[in-house]
Amino acid sequence: MTDTAPARDEVSTVTVTVNGTAIEAAKGELVIDAAERNGVYIPRFCYHHRMKPVGMCRMCLVEIDTGRGPALQPSCMIECTDGMSVETESPVSKKAQDGVLEFLLVNHPLDCPVCDKGGECPLQDQTMSYGPGESRFIEEKRHLEKPIPISQTVFLDRERCILCDRCTRFAKDVAGDPFIHFQDRGNDSQVNTFPDHPFASYFSGNTVQICPVGALTAKPFRFKARPWDLDQVESTCTSCSVGCRVVIDSSRDEVLRYSGVDSDPVNWSWLCDKGRFDFEYVNDDGRLTEPLLRTDAGQDLAPAKWSYALKTAATAIKGGLDRSGPAGVGIIGGARLANEDAYAWAKLAKGVIGTDNVDAQLDDGLPAAFVLGLPRATIDEVCAPGGTVVVYAPDIKEELPVLFLRLRHAAVEDGVKIIELAATDTGLTPLADSSLRVRPGEAADVVAALFGSGTAPEGVDPTAFFHARTLLAGGARVTAVIGRPSLAESADVAVAAAHRLLELVPSVTFLPALRRANVFGALDMGLAPGILPGRVTLDEGRAHVASGWSLATKELPTETGLDTRGILEAAANGKLDTLVLLGADPLADFPDRDLAERALTGVRTLIAVDLFLNESNRKADIVLPAAGYATTEGTTTNLEGRVTTLGQKITAPGTARADWIIAADLAGHLGGDLGVESVAQLQDEISRVAPSHAGLAAALADPANRDGVVVPVPAGPPQPPEHAVEGNPADPSHRGAAEGAPAEPVLLADGEVPGERLEHELGPDPAPATVTLPAPPSVAAPVRDAYAHRLVVTRKLYDHGTLVQHSPAIAALAAPSSPLRLNPADLDRLGIASGDRVRVTSERGSLAIDVVADSGVPKNVAALVLDQAGGAAGQLLTAGSLVTDIRVETQS
Amino acid sequence: MPRLNPDNIELAKEILGRYPRPKSALIPLLHLAQEQDGWVTDDAMEHLAELVGCTPAEVLGTCSFYEMFKREPVGPYLVNICHGISCHLLGADELLEHAEQSLGVKTGGTTADGKITLEEAECQAACTEAPCLQVNYRYRYKVANEAFDQLITDLRAGKLDDEIPPHGTLARRATRQHIPADRAAGPAAVDVNVEPVWLSRNADASEAKG
Amino acid sequence: MTITDAPKIVTGRLAAHDDAHTIARYEATDGYKGLRAALQRAPQSITDEVKAASLLGRGGAGFPAGVKWGFCPPGVFPRYLVVNGDESEPGTYKDRILMESDPHQLIEGILIACYAIGCSQAFLYCRGEMALAHERLGEALNEAYAAGYVGKNILGTDYSIDIVLHWGAGAYIVGEETALIESLEGNRGMPRLKPPFFPAAKGVYLQPTVVNNVETLANLPWLMQHGAEAFHALGAENSRGTRMFAVSGHVKKPGVYEVEFGVTTFRDLLYAPIYSGGIRGDRALKAFIPGGASAPLFYEEHLDLPLEAGVVGKAGSMLGSGAIVVMDETTDMVKATRNLVRFFARESCGKCTPCREGTTWLERILDRIIDGHGRPEDIDLLLDVCDNISPGLLWPPKQTTICPLGQSATPSIVGTIKRFPEEYERYVNAPFSTTVAINGAAYLSPPVAAATGGSAE
Ligand SMILES: Cc1cc2nc3c(=O)[nH]c(=O)nc-3n(C[C@H](O)[C@H](O)[C@H](O)COP(=O)(O)O)c2cc1C
Ligand code: SF4
Ligand code: FES
Repeated sequence: MTDTAPARDEVSTVTVTVNGTAIEAAKGELVIDAAERNGVYIPRFCYHHRMKPVGMCRMCLVEIDTGRGPALQPSCMIECTDGMSVETESPVSKKAQDGVLEFLLVNHPLDCPVCDKGGECPLQDQTMSYGPGESRFIEEKRHLEKPIPISQTVFLDRERCILCDRCTRFAKDVAGDPFIHFQDRGNDSQVNTFPDHPFASYFSGNTVQICPVGALTAKPFRFKARPWDLDQVESTCTSCSVGCRVVIDSSRDEVLRYSGVDSDPVNWSWLCDKGRFDFEYVNDDGRLTEPLLRTDAGQDLAPAKWSYALKTAATAIKGGLDRSGPAGVGIIGGARLANEDAYAWAKLAKGVIGTDNVDAQLDDGLPAAFVLGLPRATIDEVCAPGGTVVVYAPDIKEELPVLFLRLRHAAVEDGVKIIELAATDTGLTPLADSSLRVRPGEAADVVAALFGSGTAPEGVDPTAFFHARTLLAGGARVTAVIGRPSLAESADVAVAAAHRLLELVPSVTFLPALRRANVFGALDMGLAPGILPGRVTLDEGRAHVASGWSLATKELPTETGLDTRGILEAAANGKLDTLVLLGADPLADFPDRDLAERALTGVRTLIAVDLFLNESNRKADIVLPAAGYATTEGTTTNLEGRVTTLGQKITAPGTARADWIIAADLAGHLGGDLGVESVAQLQDEISRVAPSHAGLAAALADPANRDGVVVPVPAGPPQPPEHAVEGNPADPSHRGAAEGAPAEPVLLADGEVPGERLEHELGPDPAPATVTLPAPPSVAAPVRDAYAHRLVVTRKLYDHGTLVQHSPAIAALAAPSSPLRLNPADLDRLGIASGDRVRVTSERGSLAIDVVADSGVPKNVAALVLDQAGGAAGQLLTAGSLVTDIRVETQS
Repeated sequence: MPRLNPDNIELAKEILGRYPRPKSALIPLLHLAQEQDGWVTDDAMEHLAELVGCTPAEVLGTCSFYEMFKREPVGPYLVNICHGISCHLLGADELLEHAEQSLGVKTGGTTADGKITLEEAECQAACTEAPCLQVNYRYRYKVANEAFDQLITDLRAGKLDDEIPPHGTLARRATRQHIPADRAAGPAAVDVNVEPVWLSRNADASEAKG
Repeated sequence: MTITDAPKIVTGRLAAHDDAHTIARYEATDGYKGLRAALQRAPQSITDEVKAASLLGRGGAGFPAGVKWGFCPPGVFPRYLVVNGDESEPGTYKDRILMESDPHQLIEGILIACYAIGCSQAFLYCRGEMALAHERLGEALNEAYAAGYVGKNILGTDYSIDIVLHWGAGAYIVGEETALIESLEGNRGMPRLKPPFFPAAKGVYLQPTVVNNVETLANLPWLMQHGAEAFHALGAENSRGTRMFAVSGHVKKPGVYEVEFGVTTFRDLLYAPIYSGGIRGDRALKAFIPGGASAPLFYEEHLDLPLEAGVVGKAGSMLGSGAIVVMDETTDMVKATRNLVRFFARESCGKCTPCREGTTWLERILDRIIDGHGRPEDIDLLLDVCDNISPGLLWPPKQTTICPLGQSATPSIVGTIKRFPEEYERYVNAPFSTTVAINGAAYLSPPVAAATGGSAE
């Protein structure tokens, strides 16, 4: 890798003449790209700038002269060299292009009027500009069975296919799932799957987007609308925290399609199928359209008017405040919300109600202060050529799929070395340079050992271990992806591992791998105990935020509140009066189902704000319908801390309201005033009050920041990095300074007040320092007794969660149930056959479950997928334990 | 199950061992599967995918590119009549017509008794012996109509079985390449950049000589 | 007549012995002496000698072998040798003979080449349909391993190399060197684009790879024993040594003849009694293919051209794979053309649009014409489709495709429309005049313009 570094530095430019005009091109840049950058569009079908060129459609043929006379060359394959001359419009070039177009149409059915692609089809467009349109081909065209399903979501019409290799290249080179392939030869060539092996890729929908004709169509969009009838708005996908940019297409107030936008720092135009196809939930008939109330215990929930529902909710909260004080109120959830919603709810909770018992996570992530205090990396930094990435995180392919694609590209194409620490094989394992099997609870020790001089820790394969050690000793830049790999392991283990890595490699930066849509925005906005909006702690930020909210300091909570586990425990013990579920379903998502059940029964008043009814909020006394994705505006924040806009395209179902409006209304009924009237005003206030978000509104308004702005917002105009946001010395906050610089100078402070600061941007008070990394927890995993298996609980992309299950195209992709997976050797030892039903017992409970052999699970470990339909995992886990050991016995 | 049988798995492993990358063995292994079953079954392709480390779709992609791999059963005798230019000039069309009539099948078809599958083939590299044909890739030169009929009679009677093994067998076991372990130089690993020893040493020697 | 007594460099042994394929016969007839000689020498000096000999590749493109070997980038290993034994070009019949009847000679040639180039492994890619060649090569390799000629520490030296016999499975395009490499990697045999995939730099597994034809390599044992000078003494211009030509079609004595390269003429080969002995029934010659189905047709007036690569190229065709197919006056040129075009249409790999769609379209138009449904405008259509595949209809051709296969379907159409318009007119039942301009030397009439050395009688 050392030899690639200097090569990247000597970026040299060359001069190329395109149609008589001299242009500058980067050395190695493809002619087709250089021409396009300079306003000369060369037609193409097979070329896609996010994939390696194959030069096979021949549409981009142009005459290129490198000194030996003009020759027809595919401009998608030829790199610019100095002095090269390119003629894209010469008679020979035109003749060749027209010829190719005619050849492509020889077998194309020209069924444009009934084709989903009609109106946005490159083949159609180029045929239009080609002229006569009268085909000289009078023979019978090729006939093949009309659209065949190649997966649950994608159809293939081979008659329309022009064999450009885009979908197949995507499947193999980008997704790494070569389940579709060219078959047969020559004029009989076709794309297809192997019989009975569908194109089961998490990324299959991308092929529909990149198909240059209508050969690949998506089931949920087929025949839904003509492209020219569509309204579009750019937005950000909120299916997970990667934050892929999308375009939402709608027609007649219905969302019809999401397509990936080519955001260079984030998704490169790709989406995962969950993100692409879960738009169906937005239109789902099951959406909550009006408030629901339970008038008497034991009665069903019944529709109510907003005013009455809000009043009832406010009365309940007030009653609780009277009885138990602010600490008697808890709020769980908020990761589904936009930043502005989250901010409004944080303000309601901490400024109006006065409780700090607020948590956007459900004990399935990492502590807020840790996440906010980590020195952060961007996706680009993690994927930059030449680096080494240490991963201790959930299965990235399952939980953050497009980050997986970026890492895959980095590893396969750019030589990035991935060192994976994981309890079992994951989707990332095949890409890892070294994948170490780390037993639950022991990650920090393995990290330490990697930098030590001793032998490989027990249970870790020595070859992989020493290879990883050599890599780390090689001096390459190190970044890390850190998350909660298993719900059966306490967050402390990952936190300790990250601390250990920081001690050993002080320059390391982290990409935190929490998966929920806007969990990072929620944490930034203060939906976490001990945190106020803008990445400040309750204590450090109290004065600043109180003055921003025009409150007295004492009106904000005085003590750090409870996290979700604490809130649920308090509720279970009858110590919590009112619980608000803000788009949260603890029965499904909180790892310890028993505790969640006791909490929901134990609390006096349960209020829920949500899009759908779910198992938890069916138990609520008051259910308020929220407007949600695609029906409201705002911003969202991805795992890099990148704030991007959410587009509003359709109206909310029924009387559902934006979450921030619900917060404001509730505040009013509680006698407070959030003082917010619009999203724009909220954004201004956030920029003013939240220290990490200072200057954000102005930066987002800058058209140069189409890809969003990584907070803290870099100060500008052009300043050396050290002038950028300060406050957290560990935080390299000058990311993206070059392109993200806002036009107006935005100054941020770390306590001192420079003379020329603008009152409007600064807030009323000097901004406090943002969160620093709290001290590491001490972790010592208990000894596993010889008969036990240490449990690993993970998630899958398609689950039984509300949104997936209300999206018909993908709902069926969730596995019906998840068996316990054990190493084949352990099964042999126990005398159990794969497929048998066994009894599993943990400290928490005991249940019967099917078991299967999985050689990706090491010996003495047992793996389980968290099954949201009330499956096994939730019954075995005890909230708060460092690790979970289980016994597996034959059922007798 | 038409996956590879244990003997053939052993042979497959030997073949795989010759290549720096396993997928290079795919075409030889497809031949092996075809030798075993007379055609290439879906199960065999799935098995080969496991052996060479790719998806079944990729195996099918390769398999379906090549004429010789049959993905549906054919008769034990595959008769390929050459219709390359040299044979065309010397009566290939007539021979083919005669063959279709006398066998009662069109090209691509298999006779009613299931024994013979008739195909047209591109130039078989026997142009000076036109018109020619192959039975299971064993040549018959300058084939006149009567000779064709005699050939079919002999095939049906099993008279040529010594000379012409059943469809799928390209080389009989005894004539297959077998690299003895103690003589093998071994496959040349792709990612180890070492100059072969002899390349420089001999140069030195010759310099010394000169 | 310029029939010479040049030695039979590659076919001498097999012409003299029925058992030339056995190691016993091979060893008894100077076998493996070339290898022993080579092992005494510095590898580079062998490359230099092959360069000096001007051994042109016998696979079709006719590139000098020694020069090609020298293209491997220094310091990049492993290097591989891939032996192109995929012989499938219509009319071509020579490599199969060498593989079936004198396999050890080829093995020895491979060993010499790998030693000179510094290859770490050799793959002998033999066309799938050649069952006997598989058997003979398999047996010969087994014998050669046992005798210590191949494998570890060859003949007790530090030279070690495996030769892996690899079977193809039926696809003409795999003979193209980059497709051959794809196929050897277990993939569909679809050519790669050059640049960037010049095999010498990025071949098998993207490592430096030399692809050589069977006949090319079969020359090496003799060359090592007799030296470049003796080799270069035969032939003319760049075309040195001897070469195998398969003469098929309407001649009295079709056969494969090894003749002195560069000096023997087409007339010698077609008419000399020791070679093909003239046209069958002493009929008139109508046309002949001088170098495989991809080569533009030659006619009577080309008979006195020598079999020399440069001369034939200038005259508008090529010697290609050494396949000469002779057509007498009875030949239906439209049907012969359809036969050639059908071959390319069926053998297109399908990668490039103009080849995949264009050649098939040409085949279908010709089918229609032959079936009696032709229209006068079909002739212009045929030419314009050819023009869209190979712009300008030039020789040497321009191509819109990755490899030359697509373009190879066009010369026979363009040539026969030019030369035998009345045959097309008969099929379409009407006279036609074309508006498509035909520019290339091959298609000019009379087409001997650039030829040298030839004199009609
Ligand atoms: C369509 C096509 C088919 C070819 N078929 C063969 C072939 O069957 N055998 C062969 O040796 N070369 C064939 N060639 C030529 C090879 O690409 C390559 O030039 C040759 O194998 C190099 O060997 P040589 O330099 O020893 O001639 C073919 C080329 C093309 C474009
Ligand atoms: S020209 Fe034809 S055979 Fe050659 S690469 Fe293109 S499609 Fe394949
Ligand atoms: S876009 Fe260049 S060949 Fe297809």
